[in-house]
Amino acid sequence: MRLEPVANPSFLRTTVPPAIAIGSTVVIASLLAMAAGANPFSVLGLIIKGAFGSKFALLETLNRATPLIFTGLSVAVAFRARLWNIGAEAQLYAGALITVILGTGMLQWGAFALIPTLAIASMLAGALVLLVPALLKVRFGVDEVVTTLLFNFIFLLFVSMLLEGPLKDPMGMGWPKSERLIAEARLPRIVEGLRLHWGFALALIAAVVVWVIQRRTTLGYEMRAVGLNREAAGFAGIPVNLVLVKTALLAGGLAALAGFSEVAGLKGNLTLDLSPGFGYTGIIVAMLALLNPLGVIAAALFVAGIFVGADSMSRAVGVPSYLADIMLATALLLMVLAILLTRFRVVRE
Amino acid sequence: MDILEILLSASFWTAAIRIASPLIFATLGELICERAGVLNLGIEGIMVAGAFAGWMAVYSGTGLWMGVAVAMAVGMLFGLVHSLLTVPFGLSQHVVGLGVTLLATSLTYYAYRLALPEVTSPPKIDAFQPYEIPLLSDLPLIGPALFSQTPLTYLAFILVGVVAFVLYRTPLGLALRAAGENPSAVAAQGLSVTGIRMGAVIVGSGFMAVGGAFLTMSAFDSFFFEMVNGRGWICIALVVFGAWRPGKALLGAILFAAFDALQIRIQQTPLGADIPYQVFLMMPYFLSILALIVMSRRAEVPAALMVPFNKGER
Amino acid sequence: MLRPEAARVVLRLDGITKRFGKLVANDAISLSLHQGEVIALLGENGAGKTTLMNILFGQYTADEGTVEVFGQTLPPGNPRAALDAGVGMVHQHFTLADNMTVLENVTLGTQPLFAPRLDRGAARDKLARLAADFGLQVHPDARVGSLTVGERQRVEILKALYRDARILILDEPTAVLTPQEIDDLFATLRKAVKLGLSVVFISHKLHEVMAISDRVLILRHGRLVAERPIAEVDKAKLAALMVGSEVAAPKVEQGRPGAVLMRLQDVTTPDRGSAPGLNRVSLALHSGQIVGLAGVSGNGQAALADLIGGLIRPATGRLDLNDAEMQDWTPRKAVQSGIARIPEDRHKTGTIAEFDLTENAILESYADPPYSRAGWMSWGVAEAFTRQIIDTYDVRCPGPGTRIRLLSGGNMQKLILGRVLEKAPSIILANQPVRGLDIGAVNYVHSQLLAARDRGAAVLLISEDLDEIMALSDVIHVMSEGRLSPGFARGSMTPAELGVWMAGQGFDEAETAHAS
Repeated sequence: MRLEPVANPSFLRTTVPPAIAIGSTVVIASLLAMAAGANPFSVLGLIIKGAFGSKFALLETLNRATPLIFTGLSVAVAFRARLWNIGAEAQLYAGALITVILGTGMLQWGAFALIPTLAIASMLAGALVLLVPALLKVRFGVDEVVTTLLFNFIFLLFVSMLLEGPLKDPMGMGWPKSERLIAEARLPRIVEGLRLHWGFALALIAAVVVWVIQRRTTLGYEMRAVGLNREAAGFAGIPVNLVLVKTALLAGGLAALAGFSEVAGLKGNLTLDLSPGFGYTGIIVAMLALLNPLGVIAAALFVAGIFVGADSMSRAVGVPSYLADIMLATALLLMVLAILLTRFRVVRE
Repeated sequence: MDILEILLSASFWTAAIRIASPLIFATLGELICERAGVLNLGIEGIMVAGAFAGWMAVYSGTGLWMGVAVAMAVGMLFGLVHSLLTVPFGLSQHVVGLGVTLLATSLTYYAYRLALPEVTSPPKIDAFQPYEIPLLSDLPLIGPALFSQTPLTYLAFILVGVVAFVLYRTPLGLALRAAGENPSAVAAQGLSVTGIRMGAVIVGSGFMAVGGAFLTMSAFDSFFFEMVNGRGWICIALVVFGAWRPGKALLGAILFAAFDALQIRIQQTPLGADIPYQVFLMMPYFLSILALIVMSRRAEVPAALMVPFNKGER
Repeated sequence: MLRPEAARVVLRLDGITKRFGKLVANDAISLSLHQGEVIALLGENGAGKTTLMNILFGQYTADEGTVEVFGQTLPPGNPRAALDAGVGMVHQHFTLADNMTVLENVTLGTQPLFAPRLDRGAARDKLARLAADFGLQVHPDARVGSLTVGERQRVEILKALYRDARILILDEPTAVLTPQEIDDLFATLRKAVKLGLSVVFISHKLHEVMAISDRVLILRHGRLVAERPIAEVDKAKLAALMVGSEVAAPKVEQGRPGAVLMRLQDVTTPDRGSAPGLNRVSLALHSGQIVGLAGVSGNGQAALADLIGGLIRPATGRLDLNDAEMQDWTPRKAVQSGIARIPEDRHKTGTIAEFDLTENAILESYADPPYSRAGWMSWGVAEAFTRQIIDTYDVRCPGPGTRIRLLSGGNMQKLILGRVLEKAPSIILANQPVRGLDIGAVNYVHSQLLAARDRGAAVLLISEDLDEIMALSDVIHVMSEGRLSPGFARGSMTPAELGVWMAGQGFDEAETAHAS
């Protein structure tokens, strides 16, 4: 077989493969639910209801989507320049770490000064964490996939070390967790009485900003050129390595905001289970969004919905919530295939 | 106990070879994939799946070798998924690899929860036991290190020789290396690039899964979450460190494992008591990154690694 | 030589039709090849020659028609069957694995895949015998990556002969060879024919077709338009048949050289893999003059192009622009210094396939006003610039928002021309500017280069096509192994004389003369 590009894809060609991908994901999830002895319709219904069925559920989904928007944006920015940043998890923890270091009393400022400072400091920390693999890539040609992956393990151990050492909450009854942020460092709720903090709004703003950077600035143009054809970009005079480093700084900073927002908006302190893999899930979010920053918002909501819904479903009928991860992995693999089939036709040779 | 003393003790080298064994299987698997031109980032998840599948099979009553075969088959199944998407369809090997890792991991955990819904500590199986090779195991130092291991470790070492022989001494190996260097050379000689690459990924994934199974069936006797813990990613670094050659990759795996065994032992010395244990746990990862830095400039990467082949390209 | 009429037919194509989307690449083509015969398949780029041979070889499946070899119909889409039937193909782009030896490349796929062991001994003997029979000397244990282009081609031919090919198909085999190497190749082909093989020779070079073939078939726009015994045609007739109508090449007048705009003095650059860097190269580019650079590819031309284009810097020696030495030389500096760069590979380095025309048009100038200010893109200005290029250079496209990968090679090259020439450059670096274009586009590019020269630009034309170099250049230099020959004035050298320099011999003689 052979793939042949389709010059002007028809409406059916652009819609049917993605629809089949989604449909197949649902079918696979149903089969797995049946394997667990549950009624697939009720499982799927419970997932949807658990994600979007009530005000409480919806808010929970929005809260869960917030860090995913940040990590999704981080991955989208990096992948667009073909910088394979798989280390959003480490960058997230870097942001969280700097937030608790500065926000638990070291800086005794008012909220209007403190919160932006924490956000910026987080971004710098995250940027720094991704800077190392980026420099290793441009200076020594070390593949960043493996280094960013390995840094995730290293950084989590580093956080664990600090939480059992200097950052340990003396009142924590022996648990490895940090002290709580002072009140001025906490992100307030958007609407009083609704459990949704300003981190969500910040995530939406970040998505728009990234979109503007990509479409309207020279940096965005450079990042896209470098991602699509490094050789041509270098020939034309685009400083490829510098662009990759800038991309790394931006991507690292965005992922770190997820950590900042989780600590300052939701948790109030840092523990080792702050992120149930938000950094890795960001890759799925970004890919489902086709690396489009605005699409990341929708994809994050979808992914968060599946997680929140699956948790609630699992509590109700006892089907393991890993079903959510399976659905996302399946959706990811089938979706990249479906997108390919919207642009190419398979020819038998 | 000082470091020299550790390095000269038989138990240290026994442990090092034991730690190296799963890495050898998985590194060989990854090496086969990459030599054919496909980066397989599904390795981490495939190892998880292999660890569970082999253990579960034995727990359900099959023999140990049958368990290894089951693990291998499960790995090959994920290899089939990976290679279908990356070879004929030429999709991003990064994205598909990570997707396969997520799929394999989550399916494994789901299956585990379904199979053993109510357990707090997972059941144990009768794992592979060390087999002392007569005479050779009596040699000082290398006797216990190399010849008092479990059969699965012996298999790992045999496999290195087999893979090296196939790669360099058979028509199949020739075709596989050519597929990773210039696939059109393979196509021009009437061979199927798709077939060779898919075959390499499927077999390689099988080896990865056996590497995972080593953990539950030989190193330990039970299955835990997070048990693979980045070993797959380390194997990818080992392939680079080994310059895509089986012999050097074996050497790299043993060096790496020796270092790992060393840090475990130093942790128990007075020196180790003053340093947070996390520092020791970070060492393998740092070592992998260091290996990549040292080797990335020198190694000769297969020229068509990560380059999809579409024969109709005009 | 056997008389074709008397010999048996070894290959017959019958009504081959192949479509790619709307494009008909081959339209009901029928031909036959006799034992001991050399036929030439002549046609412009894009006429369908390569597609036809790929169908014959089983790499494509024809939509209609059949391929018959030695009386047996080949199953479609099966290279293996073609190989087994005795068809051997020497591809234009070598299909060799660089990290393996000659012997390994030759034996690849010739022994059962799952045989327990590769039989090297027998393979080595057979290879040695073939090398002697056909005059194709090459060391069996040499790594292919370390071989010259000419040697690699020998390996390609040996691969086919090793499989006992009775029909050899050579796709543009001379493009990368020196005139002397071409003679060697023709000698090998004559030996092959004497031994009973048959040859299909694909080319667009008329004198080569005249020199080697018994019969010529001419393809135009996917159709077989003529078939003639070589005795009945001459070059002019062939040219007319190939192009279909008289297309006048631009008339070239002698340039009027002015001041030196760029000067290289004793420049050396490091080697890159098997390709040599520059070896003490001195060169002056004058205003109003076209300097042609001839040579076999891989002899340092890429290093020279990269140096002038800003991608590499001199390791020793200096690079002067308008008598000022260039420091921290980069691509952007080159562009800002008024150097127009037409890259060798328009797909890989010249354009970004997934970018639209506007985004490609400003690749070199996006960072400067008016295309951007303070980091903000001005897409309106960029689009206006693109429209101007489209109009001035007659780029056929749906509009500036079209992805450039959808354009033909000629139109892509016109956009690149517009991108660099609209800036009124003082120096033009044209690296293989017409490779793969049809005659109309070739003439257009050449006339643009001549016009730029007559406006006072200094032009450096790098090409593997000696005919192109000799037609356009006011001064010709030859490169071999990183060394640059003296400049030869227009018309002072024959192709054979230049070939001596291309093979590197001229340099040695010059050195000997210099020493004595």
